[in-house]
This record gives sequence, structure tokens and C-alpha cells, in this order.
Amino acid sequence: MGILEVKGVNKRFGGLQALGNVNLSVTENTVHAIIGPNGAGKSTLLNCLVGKLIPDTGSVMFDGQSVLGRKPHEINQMGISRVFQTPEIFGDLTVMENVMIPCFAKRDGSFRLHAFESVPNEKELVEKAEQILIDVNMIDQRNQHAASMSRGDKRRLEMAMCLVQEPRLLLLDEPTAGMARADTNNTIDLLKEIKAKRDITMAIIEHDMHVVFSLAERITVLAQGTPLVEDTPENIKGHPKVQEAYLGQAHG
Amino acid sequence: MLGLNSKDTKFLLIVIFLTLATPILLQPFPEGSGMAQFNAGYPDLMQRFAIYGIFAIGFNILFGLTGYLSFGHAAFLGIGSYSVVWMYKLLDYNVIWGLPLAIITSGIFALAIGFISLRRSGIYFSILTLAFAQMSFALAYSVLTPLTNGETGLQVYRSDKQVLLGATEPTSPHFFGIVMRENFWEPSVGNWQFTFNNGYYFCAIIAILAFYLSLRIFRSPFGMMLRAIKSNQQRMNYTGLNSRPYTLAAFVISGMYAGLAGGLLASMDPLAGAERMQWTASGEVVLMTILGGAGTLLGPVLGAGFIKYFENIFSKINDNVLHTWFGFLPDGIEDFMVTIVHPFVGKGWHLTLGLLFMAVVIFLPGGLVELGQRVGRLFRRRDINSADAEAKAAKQRANTPAE
Ligand SMILES: Nc1ncnc2c1ncn2[C@@H]1O[C@H](COP(=O)(O)OP(=O)(O)O)[C@@H](O)[C@H]1O
Ligand SMILES: [Mg+2]
Repeated sequence: MGILEVKGVNKRFGGLQALGNVNLSVTENTVHAIIGPNGAGKSTLLNCLVGKLIPDTGSVMFDGQSVLGRKPHEINQMGISRVFQTPEIFGDLTVMENVMIPCFAKRDGSFRLHAFESVPNEKELVEKAEQILIDVNMIDQRNQHAASMSRGDKRRLEMAMCLVQEPRLLLLDEPTAGMARADTNNTIDLLKEIKAKRDITMAIIEHDMHVVFSLAERITVLAQGTPLVEDTPENIKGHPKVQEAYLGQAHG
Repeated sequence: MLGLNSKDTKFLLIVIFLTLATPILLQPFPEGSGMAQFNAGYPDLMQRFAIYGIFAIGFNILFGLTGYLSFGHAAFLGIGSYSVVWMYKLLDYNVIWGLPLAIITSGIFALAIGFISLRRSGIYFSILTLAFAQMSFALAYSVLTPLTNGETGLQVYRSDKQVLLGATEPTSPHFFGIVMRENFWEPSVGNWQFTFNNGYYFCAIIAILAFYLSLRIFRSPFGMMLRAIKSNQQRMNYTGLNSRPYTLAAFVISGMYAGLAGGLLASMDPLAGAERMQWTASGEVVLMTILGGAGTLLGPVLGAGFIKYFENIFSKINDNVLHTWFGFLPDGIEDFMVTIVHPFVGKGWHLTLGLLFMAVVIFLPGGLVELGQRVGRLFRRRDINSADAEAKAAKQRANTPAE
């Protein structure tokens, strides 16, 4: 049994079958990549995992518990954090505040009326937030407004916000899209480092095959809302169906 | 100090000083001079500055931080006033009974109204709060007459029980014998006349406490969460935070501030009327907050002061006053000038305020606080240009070889 079990999930948008009978099992402490052409339904699948969408049929189990019908904040508190395809950050807040908020959410739960404490006095959380900013190489920008940063920086910030929560399952939707080559490599190194340091499961959607083959231990290929194959990276590379449906397209 | 860093402590001390010195600062013109009518240092108006300052500070915790625009906060103002007057009628004129009750009842109403209204956001939230406030107004005006005394307004009658009223106790609102409408010091210095009023200082001290509380909330993790809601509610939810109790807490807190302000209004003048709950009063606090600068600490207070000043000072300038102003001009031109200025003063003060509000929204989206910051920056730049030019040049010389 994997930590994440998706069984028979269907999702229609009007006449469009975005997901058709999706089965997916992600083993604990592995990096599982989901690849597939644009419009294959990858983001829709993640939306069904975090409570943004409810599948028409099927079940989604995380660590033996169903996530269906739970609110997004409840699912996050179960230990699932998500990096979105378009960066979702607190644009009006500083970089440091952006990372402090998930620290509070992790420690205090989904609500706490801490109206008389002062943010800088939370030494432990401040240290934790600073450490993650050092890890993603953003400590110099700590007092900058998040909205004023480049797209690549916003993605790294969002990743830091998710990582600082020490989630059990990290969902990454095209985390390196729009990043410079150097930042992409830093991101790969960062994810590897996190993986080596502690127990974490990752599901990563990615178009950049360099990233996929550097990180993934299992790969699922999704096409038109249905899983085509699931296998190890070595086998996927040579798979004729994959070459045809996706890799050929990506390289060509 | 007091859980604040040194910068905020300094800020708070300045605010305390300005509040306590208001009777002097707002009385810059000598009695009998043509400008004396612009003096604002009389008790009635100063009390309003402090009370509406409290109202706006509380409103800003909801609107300034979370971005949820309530159009119904006047309902809580009215509830606060009714609570205080009821305590006069039942117990006695000491405001110590009514004010806590005002905070509690308005908090309970805010909890109920907020619980329902916060199911929606944006314009739908605004409309829901407006609907609730208008319902409250209608109830107070007619249906609940036994509780509110309808259109006459709630007041104390001789026949009222007032069970705690002692034989020597004052028969107007007081705080343990300190009578609100009395002045404790009326010094005159030359032609300048100052009034130190009990009621104003009572309101001022509460306003300082209210400001301090809001400062703490702004700097707290809770305040940061409220700003996060305004910035990106989706990210908030996917970060494991439930935005609903946060917005509800902000709504209740701001409702309690409004209730306190309403209670203070009745503490200065023992009357409570339904019109206090009307939508125009709800709109006024929105104007105050935006005019001063939503989301800033001092802005709402400035906005409240500005609007109350206009309402009370500009509205008093009638044609007679205008004729004395333009008296030095030839008659034809004098009449012409009076005709031109006439629509903007006296009863037309709303027009001036409206134009001012439009100018601020268009040119200063950050409100009067932004104006202050811009002016401050201008001065600082001038300083740098003159005094620091030398130092800057030296720095540049030092930097060049490294590049
Ligand atoms: N909320 C939605 N409403 C309607 N159609 C949607 C919605 N979300 C996604 N789709 C459609 O579902 C299909 C799969 O989209 P998506 O999951 O975003 O693809 P991918 O992430 O693999 O590129 C696309 O055709 C897209 O247009
Ligand atoms: Mg996508």
C-alpha cells in the first residue's frame, strides 16, 4: 500500500473527460513523477488530491484516510503541501512573512487567536524560517515584498513555504517552469538534499526531462486523462508508447 | 516596552502626546480673531474626534487588514449607545455599567451577523452587512419601540427606576463622580482660551488604549494572518489555515470597537437614536478609513478627525461669514466670490468633502498617511541633497575601484 492511493478517479468538465479512471499508487518516501502533454489532466489530478476539486467518482486515500470531502486546510494539516503551477504566494507580504505563515500553521493548527504575541518574538519559528530561506538562497531578499520578485523567485519562495511545513507528501506542479538553468539545478539539488535529510514523499509534475530523470524513482505517464504506463525511469525512457505520446513531442 | 519594539514605543508615545495635548493643539487662533471659527478645541468636537477615532481604528482591523468591506458597522454603534442608555435607566448615570455591556452586546451581534455575512466575500459580503444594518435600523426605528423608544430616541425619564442612584449622585453621565460634561480647567493665555473637559479626557484615554490594542494586533501573528487573507486567501487555505475563524474574529473585534464608540457617544450625551444605525453612518466610517489610509495604523484616526472637522467647522460657514471674508473686495466682485464659494461651505460641506475624497482616492491611494509620507520623503531628499552630498560623493569614490 502506498501512502497515496488514487482509485478509479473520474472527473468531467461538461463534455470534457479531464480524468478517466485514474489509478495511482505512490510509495512512501519515493519521488513519483507524473508526466504527459499539456491538457493531459495532471493539474486536475492534483486538484482532486488537495480538495480544490471533488472527483465525480473514485477514491483518494492518504495514509489510509480519505481526503475526499475535506476542506483544503484540513488536507494540508494531514501533511500534504502543494506548489501550484502558477505561483500562489502572499504578494503584499514580505518574503520572511510568507515563510513565517506556514510555520505558524504547522505549529498552531488551522486557527489560533494569537493577537498579543509579537512575530519577531517567536524565536524558534524565526530560526526555522531563516534556515529554509538560506536553503533556497533567498535570505538576502527576506524583507522584500513578495509581489516584486521574478517568477522564478516566486516559485522558489512557494517551494520554501511548502518545505518549511515538513509535509509528508509534497506535490509539485511544474516547479521549475520559468526558472533559469542554474536555478533549476539548484532546485534539483535542494529537493535531493531534503529527500536525503528526512522522510518525505514527492509527487512531481514536470515537463523538463532533465529534472524528471534526476529525481524520479517512478514515473506515470498521463495522456488524455488516463495513465498510459507506470514504470521506472530506465524503462520509461525506452518505452515506445511513451516516445510516441509524449517524449517524442517534447524533444521534437 | 509594553510588548512593543523601540520604534513602535516611540510611535505610541507620540500618539499619546498628541491626544493629550489636543485641547491646546486644536486651538491655534486667538478668540475674537477672524480665524477663531476654525478652532476645533471645544469639548463636543474633541469628544467626537476621539470617539470616531475609536470607531475607525476598529473598522480598520477588519477592512484595512482583511480587505472585507463592511457596510453595516453603524449597527454596532447604535447597539452600543442603546446599551449604555439602558444602564442609565435601570441603574444610574455611572458609565461603568453601560460601557462593558456595550462592548459585550455589540460583540454578540457581530458574532451572529459576521457568522452569516462571512459566508460570502467581496460585494456580496458588503451587501449582506448593509442588509443586516438596515434591518437593525428598521427594527430600532419602529418594531422594537419598547426597547429603543422608536423615533424619539432612548433617553432617561424621571419615572425610570435608576435603582443605584444615590442622593448626591450627579444626574448626568459620570465616571465615579467625574461628570463628563464638566470642564476641569479653563485657562486663558492672552487671547487664547483653552478648555480641558472631563468627557474628552475620558474618551481620549480609552482611545489611546484602543490604539495600543490595535498596534499590538497589527504586529501579532494574528494580524499577519489577517493581512495574508487580504493578499491571497487561496494560498492561506492550502497552507493549512482556516480563513473563516480569522475573518470572524476580526469582524467581532471591529464590532466591539464600534460598540464601544457608540457607548461613548451615549456617555457624552445620554441619548440613543435609531438614526445612529443608518447606512450613512456606516458609509462614513468607510470614508474615514479610506481617506486616512486603510491598513495603516494612524490613517483611520486622521480620516475620522478630518471628516468630523469638516462636518462641524465647514458647515458653520454661512453667507454672513463669507461676506466678512471677501469684504475687502469691490461689492460686485464680493457678491460674485460669495456666490462661487457658497455651494462648498455651510450646508454644502458634503460637496467639499466629496471632492476631497475623490482627489485622495485618485491621487493618493494610500490616503492622508501617504501624503504625509510623500512630504516626509521630499524633505529627507532635500536634506540628502544639501548635507549628505559630500558624504555620498566620498562613498562613490570609495566604491568605484571595486567595480
Ligand atoms: N476548472 C476547469 N473547468 C473546465 N475545464 C478545465 C478546468 N480545469 C482544467 N480543465 C480542462 O481539463 C483539461 C486538463 O487540464 P489540466 O489538468 O490543467 O492539464 P495539465 O495540467 O496536464 O496541462 C484541459 O483540457 C483543461 O482545459
Ligand atoms: Mg498543469
